[in-house]
Amino acid sequence: MSEFLHQLTLSQGALLSGVQVTIYISFLSIIIGTAIGLVIGLVLTYAPFLARLPFRIYVDAIRGTPVLVLILAAYYVPAVLGVSLDALSSGILALTGFCAAHMGEIFRGAFQSVEKGQTEAARAIGLTFPQTVRYVLLPQVIRSVLPTWVNTGAELVKGSTLLSAIGVGELVLRTQEIIGRNFMTMEFYLVAGLIFLLINLAIESFGKYLERRLTYA
Amino acid sequence: MGYTLNFSSVWANFDSLLWGLVLGLFMAVCAIGIGFLIGIFGAFASQSKSPWVRGAIGFYVSILRNLPLLVLILFVYFGLPQLGMTLGRLESFIGALAIYAGAYLIEVLRAGLMSVPPGVVEAGRAVGLTQFQTNLYVVTPIMLRNALPAMSSTFISLFKDTSLAAIVAIGDLTYQARKINVETFRVVETWTVASLLYIATCVLIAAGLRALERRYPRF
Repeated sequence: MSEFLHQLTLSQGALLSGVQVTIYISFLSIIIGTAIGLVIGLVLTYAPFLARLPFRIYVDAIRGTPVLVLILAAYYVPAVLGVSLDALSSGILALTGFCAAHMGEIFRGAFQSVEKGQTEAARAIGLTFPQTVRYVLLPQVIRSVLPTWVNTGAELVKGSTLLSAIGVGELVLRTQEIIGRNFMTMEFYLVAGLIFLLINLAIESFGKYLERRLTYA
Repeated sequence: MGYTLNFSSVWANFDSLLWGLVLGLFMAVCAIGIGFLIGIFGAFASQSKSPWVRGAIGFYVSILRNLPLLVLILFVYFGLPQLGMTLGRLESFIGALAIYAGAYLIEVLRAGLMSVPPGVVEAGRAVGLTQFQTNLYVVTPIMLRNALPAMSSTFISLFKDTSLAAIVAIGDLTYQARKINVETFRVVETWTVASLLYIATCVLIAAGLRALERRYPRF
């Protein structure tokens, strides 16, 4: 046990930097992914069929492909097309694309659940479409999307572990390096698991808090 | 740019991709089978009167749902041997995926269980079925039917999760694709074909389960 504590203090820095990278990746991909997802959701709900089609294909293709495959593809493909991305950027690219597709579906559901009468009323009083989105749709949509959005955040934290497969120094890869040094396999996977648990439980309780604040009778 | 598509080396290895896909489906079926049993027992146990049982189920679900699957897989495969439990690659992967699946299926089936109207349970008891018989013949079919849409998406995402087997060097579709990619450098073709295979399989699973939903009307 004291040996374990000793090893734990030795590996503190590595674990901490792993946690930072994990949070950085997840945060960046959920922010960019949500912004793109919002656009996708709008297009899927309001655009005419032909404009909708490529977005529909994108969303279904991404959602039908495992995240690991997306990550490996984002890691290997850009190089042969003449774009050079380091492992971290390809990983963030893959997770962002994944997040955008998922949020796109979630936003589509939320936009479609707003009654049609409201957009018609907004048109009738002379609001342009961007104004309708800004003043009529978004206030309701954000409210209904928030709890799911927070869950997606936890999913992304879990998904970010897969970046260890392409050599991004997030928490799992750092843990594997530590284990390679001291052979305390079980102990340090438990430590990593515990850290992920703490991060995700924090996200989950934040989500529950939002849900309590935002539900209206 | 200047990249010319050439699928020939992918077609030459296409059978290994297909076998990888079959292996992935096999692992998914095994893990879902075990996870399903955990799910049914867990869902009924979560209705237990004992706060200890309910607490234990809640604990299991919230730990497993918040733990990255990769960490669980690595723990089972590399960590457990330290306790003297040495499992083969495939067994440890299926085991890890099954425990993970169990947590998600408990959640899904519990929601299905809650949607069973209390009237039919009372009716079952009134015609003289025991509590167990009521659960088996009346509650379970309705629960399964009502949970079917949510189960479909859980099954599909568990099938996609079998791609993580590639990380512990199990020769599934992702592993084979990565191998072809590294050996032939037909990068774009390999990943296109691999992800199309995944998409097609997901679409087929979804269509099959939707047919099942139509076959049995919602209670």
